[in-house]
Amino acid sequence: MAAHLSSGRVNLTALREAGRRELREFLDKCAGSKAIVWDEYLTGPFGLIAQYSLLKEHEVEKMFTLKPGRLPQADVRNIIFFVRPRLELMDIITDNVRREDRGRSPQRDFHILFVPRRSLLCEQWLKEQGVLGSFIHREQYSLDLIPFDGDLLSMESESAFKECYLENDQTSLYHAAKGLMTLQALYGTIPQIFGKGDCARHVANMMIRMKREFPGSQNSIFPVFDTLLLLDRNVDLLTPLATQLTYEGLIDEIYGIQNTYVKLPPEKFAPKKQGEGGKDLPTEPKKLQLNSAEELYAEIRDKNFNAVGSVLSKKAKIISAAFEERHHAKTVGEIKQFVSQLPHMQAARSSLANHTSIAELIKDITTVSCYCIGFYSFPTASEDFFDNLTVEQEFMSGIDTDKVNNYIEDCIAQKHSLIKILRLVCLQSVCNNGLKQKVLDHYKREILQTYGYEHILTLNNLEKAGLLKLQTGGRNNYPTIRKTLRLWMDDVNEQNPNDISYVYSGYAPLSVRLAQLLARPGWRSIEEVLKMLPGPHFEERQQLPTGLQKKRQHGENRVTLVFFLGGVTYAEIAALRFLSQMEDGGTEYVIATTKLINGTTWIKSLMEKLEPAPF
Amino acid sequence: ADCPSRRASRGGRPSSGRAVPLQMSRARADEEEYWHSSKFRAFTFDDEDDELSQLKESKRAVNSLRDIVDDDDDDLEKVSWSGEPVGSISWSIKETASSSSSLEGRDTSQQKGSSSYAALPKQVSSYSLSSLFKGEVPHMSFSDTGVKNYAPELRRPKAEYKDYSNDWSPRDTVRRMQRGKVCSLERFRSLQDKLVLLDEAVAGHDGNVITAVLIFLKRTLRREVLFRELEVRQVALCHLIHFLKETGEQKLLLDLLRFLDRTEEVALSQYREHLNIQDVEKKREFLKGCIGLPFSAEDISHIQDHYTLLERQIIIEANDRHLAMAGQSEIFRKYPRKASILNMPLVTTLFYSCFYHYTEAEPLLAMNWLGYTKKKAPIGFHRVVEILQRNNAPVQVLQEYVRLVEDVETRLNLATKYKCHDVVIDTYRDLKDRIQLMAYKCKVERGSAEEEKINSLLSNMQIRWKN
Repeated sequence: MAAHLSSGRVNLTALREAGRRELREFLDKCAGSKAIVWDEYLTGPFGLIAQYSLLKEHEVEKMFTLKPGRLPQADVRNIIFFVRPRLELMDIITDNVRREDRGRSPQRDFHILFVPRRSLLCEQWLKEQGVLGSFIHREQYSLDLIPFDGDLLSMESESAFKECYLENDQTSLYHAAKGLMTLQALYGTIPQIFGKGDCARHVANMMIRMKREFPGSQNSIFPVFDTLLLLDRNVDLLTPLATQLTYEGLIDEIYGIQNTYVKLPPEKFAPKKQGEGGKDLPTEPKKLQLNSAEELYAEIRDKNFNAVGSVLSKKAKIISAAFEERHHAKTVGEIKQFVSQLPHMQAARSSLANHTSIAELIKDITTVSCYCIGFYSFPTASEDFFDNLTVEQEFMSGIDTDKVNNYIEDCIAQKHSLIKILRLVCLQSVCNNGLKQKVLDHYKREILQTYGYEHILTLNNLEKAGLLKLQTGGRNNYPTIRKTLRLWMDDVNEQNPNDISYVYSGYAPLSVRLAQLLARPGWRSIEEVLKMLPGPHFEERQQLPTGLQKKRQHGENRVTLVFFLGGVTYAEIAALRFLSQMEDGGTEYVIATTKLINGTTWIKSLMEKLEPAPF
Repeated sequence: ADCPSRRASRGGRPSSGRAVPLQMSRARADEEEYWHSSKFRAFTFDDEDDELSQLKESKRAVNSLRDIVDDDDDDLEKVSWSGEPVGSISWSIKETASSSSSLEGRDTSQQKGSSSYAALPKQVSSYSLSSLFKGEVPHMSFSDTGVKNYAPELRRPKAEYKDYSNDWSPRDTVRRMQRGKVCSLERFRSLQDKLVLLDEAVAGHDGNVITAVLIFLKRTLRREVLFRELEVRQVALCHLIHFLKETGEQKLLLDLLRFLDRTEEVALSQYREHLNIQDVEKKREFLKGCIGLPFSAEDISHIQDHYTLLERQIIIEANDRHLAMAGQSEIFRKYPRKASILNMPLVTTLFYSCFYHYTEAEPLLAMNWLGYTKKKAPIGFHRVVEILQRNNAPVQVLQEYVRLVEDVETRLNLATKYKCHDVVIDTYRDLKDRIQLMAYKCKVERGSAEEEKINSLLSNMQIRWKN
């Protein structure tokens, strides 16, 4: 079930196991049969820790989604609410509890499990409603870092970036530090900590403080990680704004991946059984899980989309040939051998069929297949994808970043999605170290007139977060940063990459470049550029007892945990995996983050909510 | 501004399935070489050897193999069509909930349908955490809870979490709270004690604890004292501001921001409130009041425009609703309005007005209203035309606006495309282009007014044709 978590250099099954243990312990506290009432947001992340079978083993008989009204008539001893600590959810719980029939027998006991933290506010709120006393167990389940894959951990905290950089609320950093302490308890103290940015500094401080305050956390585990690199998202605001061009990145850009699942339009997926052919095509979206447990996906997810077709094609030939083998199986032994391989071949076949379909879906959007000749014809989706990409790449390579861009104006005129416009304008601003007053004013006016004046609030948020700003001092230092860190590579090889810039077909993500340069030759070589980027850079060492100090075997790779505070994109993950796999790269990377993001989800998290919340 | 790559994509390249390079390069003179050099790989599957089409064939072949392998009884993970592994949590919620024997009558519809909480009407602003601490009874926001005023303490708690020990130091108190224990803060009485407690909470970085301490201080300190102390404690201050925003304590928030002299934030924060006002007259009044707020120089004009826009929209809406209901205006009969124009963006309003009010004495009345002169629309007229055309505007409407397109070539293109003959004819006349005009004659209907117009122009001796 979780084999993919142990495939990497660090066995993350242990972390998952710790989570499962904690869950079991809580469930056993509530003796007897149970029903769980779920805050729906949590089912995704929990699904990565446990299946229903685990819950069932601990007498969970029913599960419901949290909603106001009377709780369903489940004949159980315990009702347990699994919720995030949010006031609006407390209201729903209050309603549920108040409507509980007090005359029923036997009575049902109520409990709350807060994820990831108990909240004093929420409990106070429940108390004022007069229902706090109805809950027998009120506990927390610290789901700080959730294992997504063998080399990937996420806190799935949607608002972390906004809280850190807009509200100046460091609670998510506190959770990050706690998550890192848990990791150290399981995988040993990390001897070296590097960081860049204010939030990184905070997290390192908290870790050091927590270690000092809880001397019990001194452990005797041989350290698995050699280095921790903490990176603020605001050190590299550019990367998430650009369109990711790896296979996984594009799936996320176009369809959105949530808790390793993606929902796809069903048309391209054949009905399940051919025998049932002729039936109506399914209308429900096709839901697929995407992780390295699927061999083919692990092979293609981090490739530039351009290089995916040839792999799929090769695989198709191989698997067709494998099935052809049946004609050559003559003896009983040969037939037996063939049959024994069938399940594996079957899985490979369906995996291949799925990814061919996804590749087709993406290709329809990313490849220009015909041109509109008419002067005012509307661009096709693919034409627009291409135009958008062209502008992004111009900005990133430093072309015309200081004037109003025609394409952006056209998109506003045609009322393309506001998020798309904001992504582009912010990208231009970041690549120009801020926009000139005239340019900034022009964009703002166009946006407000076309999308509504109330968006002035969102523009304000973007300015506060530094994504959109006025160029001060008339100096643009982006070209210096670009050249020193080699962020733009003209001769990119998408098929057989030799540099991380392949993930954006030319642009090398700044964040990953920093990680790469830290490993070799070290940050001392780029002091000047580091000073141009926001926040301090630092190094800390954590003492290890002499017995635990590592004696490196010759040729053994170092393991670095890179923690992105404020979010990371799939393309950045791909770039780090590429570095891990590089021959004589010398370093393998494990990635942790507050949230897996792309430009769209990121900008969305910063937009002012203009309608009252639906609940 | 037009970069070579974009130009190339539109016109310079063959039209079917050709590759488009992902890798753009900066403008360079040897554009041709750039496009034909093999260094730039295409962002598609190769042309010569279209792997995807091969792949489709392979896929067909592979799919046809299903017949010989029945995948029913293998031991692969079972997955429902929607992709959820059978046994996953979200799958099980659906399964166990639907097998639940009997759902309560009036809640049944909610139980099934959407899984969101949309059924619960909820205004964020109805939360006032401060009211909790002032001992007021907060209003419940559920519309359908008739029996709710008596809080049923269903059972005495078996486990009481409260810690009765009274001698925890501020630091210990904070640590205990960080570990999720409830501690009484009441015994921190002096200002000095309270501030030490706050500083300890801030040093712990746990927002949950910081906020809890802030609520305690907010309840037990005079406002001026609280503000003064927070001014020198920026982290705590940020938490309080965030908390006040979340809980909608607008008045206290504004007082705090004013005390801190953060005037632009005061203005924006106040302006934000218009989003909660449903009644348009009230909203208009509110926006009018916003104009005097201390916005930044750049923002103030936008706020002013917002007010003006809504003011105009109210007039247009009243007028048009009347017209539409009276049923005498042809355009409203033919193209019924899909929605009210209130609260729409400026550009939408402009298109709307162009569309429904083109017949009026002053065709650009709406634009004038909105403060734009005839010569200079806030948006290009070609865009107006484009949108109108997309909304099936009649040719007379289009013509009015095509005529206003400044660029001659664009105007001719649009006029030809949308058969605005008058505009084409007039433009050729102005260009003194006899040959084009003659050529255009075959595009208009025989014996039509347009043909007559062309003929009379061609025979007009006063015009000095250039060809």
